[in-house]
Amino acid sequence: MKVVLQNLTKKFPNRNKKGADVTAVNDFSFEIPDGKLVGLLGPSGCGKSTTLFMICGLEEPTEGKIFFGEDDVTELPPEHRGVGVVFQNYALYPHLTVRQNIIFPLQNLKGSDKLSKEEMNERAIDAAKLVQIEELMERKPSELSGGQQQRVAIARAMVKMPKVLLLDEPLSNLDARLRLQTREEIRRIQKETGITTIFVTHDQEEAMSISDVIVVMKDGELQQIGKPQDIYDDPVNLFVAKFLGTPPINIFQGRVKDGKLYLTENIAQDNSSNQSAPTALLNVAGIADQEVTVGIRPEGFIPDEHGALCCNLVRIEVMGRDISVVSTHPSCENPNVRSIIDADNEIDPDSATVRFSLKPHKVLLFNIETGERIYF
Amino acid sequence: MSKNNSKSWLYLLPAILFLGIFMVYPLIDVLIYSFEEGYNFASQTFFDIGWYNFSYVLHDAYFLQAVKNTFLMVIITVPLSTGIALLISVGISSIKPLRNLFQTIYFLPYVTNTLAVGLVFMILFKKTAYSDGLVNLLINWFGGSSVDFIEGPYWAKMFVMCFYIIWVVMPFKILLLTSALSSVNQHYYNAAKVDGTSRLRTFTRITLPMISPTIFYLVITGFIGAFKEYSNAVALFGVNLNAAEMNTIVGYIYDMLYGDSGGYPSYASAAAIILFVIVLTITCINLLVSRKHTYYV
Repeated sequence: MKVVLQNLTKKFPNRNKKGADVTAVNDFSFEIPDGKLVGLLGPSGCGKSTTLFMICGLEEPTEGKIFFGEDDVTELPPEHRGVGVVFQNYALYPHLTVRQNIIFPLQNLKGSDKLSKEEMNERAIDAAKLVQIEELMERKPSELSGGQQQRVAIARAMVKMPKVLLLDEPLSNLDARLRLQTREEIRRIQKETGITTIFVTHDQEEAMSISDVIVVMKDGELQQIGKPQDIYDDPVNLFVAKFLGTPPINIFQGRVKDGKLYLTENIAQDNSSNQSAPTALLNVAGIADQEVTVGIRPEGFIPDEHGALCCNLVRIEVMGRDISVVSTHPSCENPNVRSIIDADNEIDPDSATVRFSLKPHKVLLFNIETGERIYF
Repeated sequence: MSKNNSKSWLYLLPAILFLGIFMVYPLIDVLIYSFEEGYNFASQTFFDIGWYNFSYVLHDAYFLQAVKNTFLMVIITVPLSTGIALLISVGISSIKPLRNLFQTIYFLPYVTNTLAVGLVFMILFKKTAYSDGLVNLLINWFGGSSVDFIEGPYWAKMFVMCFYIIWVVMPFKILLLTSALSSVNQHYYNAAKVDGTSRLRTFTRITLPMISPTIFYLVITGFIGAFKEYSNAVALFGVNLNAAEMNTIVGYIYDMLYGDSGGYPSYASAAAIILFVIVLTITCINLLVSRKHTYYV
């Protein structure tokens, strides 16, 4: 079932009467293709959960429409939308056993949908098998680990055979190891059932690793939608570039002059090292002369004795497969410049400076005021 | 270790002394009194030790009347007050505007003096030379004939009594229940809503189990409180409760000690022990029943 959001807007009235309404989600439009796993990604308070709650029908949109397939479901109550929801803290009924929890949604069915006791039981067991908790059926939620509770919550959401599965921060309550395991589990369940799944997360790594499509949000507004790799390689603005990737992208202040890119501090620094002319980092033909924000992905650095970028070396972190070079640069906005280079390269940890040349496609330019991407 | 121990005993000493003198000693004393036959308060002497006091109390028509009254009050007021309080609390929690106002209004009786409330009930129910009371006016208006609620038939007096007790105990129950209701996490309701759970089912399958500890607490304390009913009866019917047929067990105990026919600490003690046994039994039954139906997080 494909999900289409059209100009979706949600405003909450301000608590004190004088203030303006709080816009949680602003003019949100996108289409989620059928059978895909979609990550709704953004920092805390950007309206991800509100969007999710509007899709499942717990929140009513102020404006805009929601379509499941061709059906307009904007006005439909949650139970008629065919959605399964896994809440952030799972919301398992603590006084009911796992079996009773999973069966609970089925017992609500009325009329022609009504199931016999045996059918309900069968469906519950099927759902439990899907998430591999069939041996825990008689336990209470308090007797389960966080990961098991998570599975029960997924089973409860899946037992109605929903057309769309929604997960609100599904992994935030799990420890690091379990998180890895569970996200693969979610991927597996989604693949097995082919159900359109939307999950909310503030963890870009989580979103990148399992999503087919990522939707990046900020302050209630859609920033970018696309495949994880595409968004990573080709962010539309500074926010998206900063938000995706670990270690984060290195941000420098720079400027373009005569189709060449310089870092702002380059001149002074190069003078000190007795070089006559400032060296350009890159050729960026076709861009008008202006101040720019330069983003360089950590993997965009190539150690090069004659490289144009000269950084003050802080330390080198060996990670086995590759090396992380931590250095500083006067025009860098991050506290440190972090570059990841291949372990084959040898860098003298005692030298004061380190020089890099850059991979052009890992260097991103942004408008210094709007943060919009400048393509070259 | 032993030094620590003696230190801790030292800290406990004031409480132990206080509880011992004012709680434990009187309790033991009551037990002793209840078995001393023909105890004379003035000379502090008695004839014999045995069950006569209990036998006397259990054959006393006034005591039996008091037991009957007390049981009726308990059976009527505890379920009714808890049930109505639950309804009101659910109502209060489900409205947004003016919630604080309603909460205050429903809590007012709790901070109002019992005797002042008794006065209000007098105006509502009592027949005087000038009027039949407000309730009778209403009854007349609907075509019924006046009933004397304070000095009239037994059922009318019991009705006023129960009405009064329910009204007095309700605020506290509403207070506890509204706070219990508001402590149920909204996530559970969201989950139920997504699954299309009807409101009734949400209430019975989610809300009730979640607030069951509070309900259970209210039922137990309600039972105990109702069995100890006395001051409310006095507020309505005056001190001569035996004459009004509205005496309670605690009232009987008081009468046996200090009333016009009083001065019998042995009978009073025996009655007190009987009350204790009744309350203990009922509470045990409550505990057994609730074990199945109460869910603790």
